[in-house]
Amino acid sequence: MSSYASSPAPRPGEVTGTLRLLAYLALSCALLVSDHQGGWLSQFRQQASIAMQPLWWLAGLPSRVGASMRNDAATRTRMAADNRRLRNELLVLNAGQARLRVEAVENARLRALLGAVEQGSLDVQLAPILNVDQDPTRQRLLLDAGSRNGVRVGQSVIDAGGLLGQVIAVTPMTATVLLVTDLEHAVPVIIARNGVRLVVYGSGRPDHLSLRNVPLSADVEVGDVLVTSGLGGRFPPGFPVGTITGLEPDDSRAFLVGDLRPAAQLDRGRDVLLLRDVVVPVTTADLEAAAAEREAAALAQDEADAAAGIGTGEAAGAGAGAGAGGDGDAPAEVEPDAGSAPVPASGTPAAQEPQR
Amino acid sequence: MSRKHNRWLLPVSLFMALLLGLLPLPAGVQPFRPFWLALVVAYWVIEDPDRVGLGFAFVMGLIADLAFGGLLGEQALRLVIMAFILQRFRSQLRFFPIAQQALAIGGLLLNDRVVSAAIHFALGLPQLPWTYWLAPLIGMLLWAPLYLVMDALRFGRRA
Repeated sequence: MSSYASSPAPRPGEVTGTLRLLAYLALSCALLVSDHQGGWLSQFRQQASIAMQPLWWLAGLPSRVGASMRNDAATRTRMAADNRRLRNELLVLNAGQARLRVEAVENARLRALLGAVEQGSLDVQLAPILNVDQDPTRQRLLLDAGSRNGVRVGQSVIDAGGLLGQVIAVTPMTATVLLVTDLEHAVPVIIARNGVRLVVYGSGRPDHLSLRNVPLSADVEVGDVLVTSGLGGRFPPGFPVGTITGLEPDDSRAFLVGDLRPAAQLDRGRDVLLLRDVVVPVTTADLEAAAAEREAAALAQDEADAAAGIGTGEAAGAGAGAGAGGDGDAPAEVEPDAGSAPVPASGTPAAQEPQR
Repeated sequence: MSRKHNRWLLPVSLFMALLLGLLPLPAGVQPFRPFWLALVVAYWVIEDPDRVGLGFAFVMGLIADLAFGGLLGEQALRLVIMAFILQRFRSQLRFFPIAQQALAIGGLLLNDRVVSAAIHFALGLPQLPWTYWLAPLIGMLLWAPLYLVMDALRFGRRA
């Protein structure tokens, strides 16, 4: 088809046509070569490309429209999906919120009960924490409740976990609580398992308590739960204080020292409970059923001591806090129990005078 | 009557051919893009030799070069060669059945590829991938529909 030779005999028109062809061919070849080598033609091309802009824009239009339509469709689909999902979430959240509202009402009611109503024998008062002492050597709290709210020095402070500390100073609007973890604090305790009496000291760190001067012969094990004994009359019996996490001989090799994890959540929460009655042995023991019953069983083994302890506790509950200290001391010191001598001797005074 | 109708068809058809040549295509389809401008110019060389000749093909080729951003003169050269061959065989081609015309056009498009490859070779430019040699086939297949549509547009709805 493309064979030129098949053309019939040349006519004048064809000759001129061929000449024109040659001229155009030469022209385009010249253009090609000069454009290939660059130079003035590139300038011209730049100008021409500006003139070609509309053409390019037009040629790109379909794909742009297509792309934007695809985009729109995708956006629409996603938005529809989002809408559906958000509707669902709204329903779920509304349901949850309704439940929370009910619980908030109930919570308010319970708080009212807790704060205002005399609740049986465990007479407590809810007090918000106002401030935490930042000094690492002192473990203290400032409560937003003072003498105007009926707070008195010597009240025990507890939380859901157990014993937190005691009130050591009261102003009309605030009260200072010495935490059990404060270095200056000591609590007379018994082991819930067998009733062995010990004294728990603060360690100065918020998550540790310590046992000192535990006789080697004492029946103490890692994992034992310690509860307040009520001895000394400062703390009511039966409140968990901590769990023994470690025991080892001290430097003299004559005694054991122990490490405890506090039962109370000392570094958590915004509210604490103040025990109104300084010591209410019987009723608190009832409330702390499990621990107290074990304690009672343990106490049954040495009736004399136990009877003396609870008796003095009751007496202290009726009397003043200062007087109770003397009552608690006396029976503790005459204990024939193994290694009891160093324990109350060093522990009870600390518990009595934490304000130092 | 038809003269009145087809005034606008020549520029519009060439413009459309340019647009189709520029239309962005996916990379995989790109090699199979037919040489639309050559098809349209071929149609006009066959159908309206008074208006469309070598000079017209040359100018259209230059415009296409500018529009496509290729080497200036490449498409002009290709179109001029094609127009010249078409002019030579115009009298025969006009009376071919359309299938035979399509074959001839296919041959011309193939020849056009050869010319293009020769230009690339002469200037030391990289050659296009072999898939580009399939484009003439597509152009050949498109000739019949293009011819019919252009005729229909030119002569109105006088089916």
